[in-house]
Amino acid sequence: MKEIKNFICITCPMGCPLTVEVEGEEILSVSGNSCARGLEYAKNEAVNPKRMLTTTVRVLGGDQPLVPVRTQVAVPKDKMMEYMGFINVQRVQAPVARDQEICVLPDCGISVIATSGVEAK
Amino acid sequence: MFELKERYDLVVVGGGPAGLAVAVQAYDRGIKDILIVERKEKLGGILGQCIHTGFGVQIFGEELSGPEYAENFVDMVKERNISVVCGATVLSINQDQSIVITGSKCGVRRIGCGALVLSMGCRERSRGAINVPGTRPSGVFTAGLAQRYINLEGYKMGKDVVILGSGDIGLIMARRLALEGINVRMVCEIESFTNGLTRNIVQCLEDFNIPLRLSHTVTMIHGKERLTGVTVAKVDENKKPIPGTEELVECDTLLLSVGLIPENELTRRAGIRIDPVTGGPVVNEHMQTSLPWVFACGNVVHVHDLVDYVTMESCRAGDAAANYIYKQLPRFREEIPTCSAGEVRYVVPQVITAGDDAEGDLTLYFRVKKPVTNAVIEVSCGDWVFYRGKKLKMIPGEMEQVLIKAELRDTFDAIYQENINKGKMKIDQGGLLVIKKDSQRKGAAKTELTVSVYPEEK
Repeated sequence: MKEIKNFICITCPMGCPLTVEVEGEEILSVSGNSCARGLEYAKNEAVNPKRMLTTTVRVLGGDQPLVPVRTQVAVPKDKMMEYMGFINVQRVQAPVARDQEICVLPDCGISVIATSGVEAK
Repeated sequence: MFELKERYDLVVVGGGPAGLAVAVQAYDRGIKDILIVERKEKLGGILGQCIHTGFGVQIFGEELSGPEYAENFVDMVKERNISVVCGATVLSINQDQSIVITGSKCGVRRIGCGALVLSMGCRERSRGAINVPGTRPSGVFTAGLAQRYINLEGYKMGKDVVILGSGDIGLIMARRLALEGINVRMVCEIESFTNGLTRNIVQCLEDFNIPLRLSHTVTMIHGKERLTGVTVAKVDENKKPIPGTEELVECDTLLLSVGLIPENELTRRAGIRIDPVTGGPVVNEHMQTSLPWVFACGNVVHVHDLVDYVTMESCRAGDAAANYIYKQLPRFREEIPTCSAGEVRYVVPQVITAGDDAEGDLTLYFRVKKPVTNAVIEVSCGDWVFYRGKKLKMIPGEMEQVLIKAELRDTFDAIYQENINKGKMKIDQGGLLVIKKDSQRKGAAKTELTVSVYPEEK
């Protein structure tokens, strides 16, 4: 079944309104883009949109209660809330080093890493 | 007692991204005797609570989170053994080239400085600044404060949230709250356009189906102990609420993302000239204020859209402060003002140096008042046009820049001198190759460099 998807391009400040015609995983047409980067963005966004997920994890025995974390690479957009639930129940013992792996997301195997260090209390 | 000296070659006020970059840059130029004064207990400024990514693409070539970007610079400061005093605030800037600081570790101290850099950043406009009528319940926060609660302290501030203002902090917070399972009912924006970056509209609102209500504002706050709701109304083109469009939106939390104010109490008291539009000190292209030994950079000068640009500006300030200390930067007194026309809201630097000592390429930074499409950007002085370029789209949320090449600048100086000397100086024709004299334009001011943006004529 053909489907029409509309986005705003975010590759530059122009913000072109993109229209992508898709059938399942197949891209039939892209319009509204003014450049090649816009075309690439439209294709990815239509079939497999991904986002970097950033949040915090509670620290035990640290000089601050939370450590900021992010996924090592961007994750599928529609999985974000599911992954948030998984990350939110994690606990990590201080000290925490920057870039330390805090947990690994189920199924996809993507690491969640600390973006700042936390010292022990 | 913290070991503080009586004097430093360079003192930097504020240990956020601007101050850290200044210190590193000046150090690398050979100024080793530096003190950074930071009000909080930790360096890094507001970046510590900006846990989202999108920082550092230009400076580090990769997308970092706020804490990572800050830590990179904190590490550079540590590697260089630059002195830092945390938990200390500057009380005054004195005419004898000294400052007075106070802090729990250092007490009250007067410190002499060869040069001073102001990098205090900005703070948020609060409810008081926008005069929203109604009761005074708990549950009304600035977006940045809410960001601190949720990202640093681990508190959720409510369950149902309305956000007023579509600046980047408001948008980033909308996503952050949505990710934590908090219901973000809507983002209201009094303007007919958003002030945020496009990527934030898409990734923070559209991804989470959060409605953006343009030309809407909050006209009343309800609730006794805790916020119970806000009245939202549509506004007309003069931003006045339209009677009959009011709607009660139930919520327990209102976040305000209604602008940032450069924090310049210290600057004002020192008698340094302030630009009423930016709220920051008037600077020349060396980021030098009207007090020649005082420099300023980052959000204390004008609010930046990207921290990368803060870093670049601060490197220029660090360079200039080093030059000043080395006595390579003359005490310019010959300055030409820049000014805005058309859709340009402000221009930084507000003055540029003139005369024999003025040299090098000159970059002018500006922002537009509202979104402009098919725009012509022009830099001119009277009927002399120094730059004319086109841009398909400009939005208020993004800082724009134009480069004036060094050779054009010399000509500009010549024109300026000619104006000053009333014909005593001849313009070297050789320098005019790239400049067009526009005979259509007459009567414009001749001693100001004007940056204008207007829609292209069909």
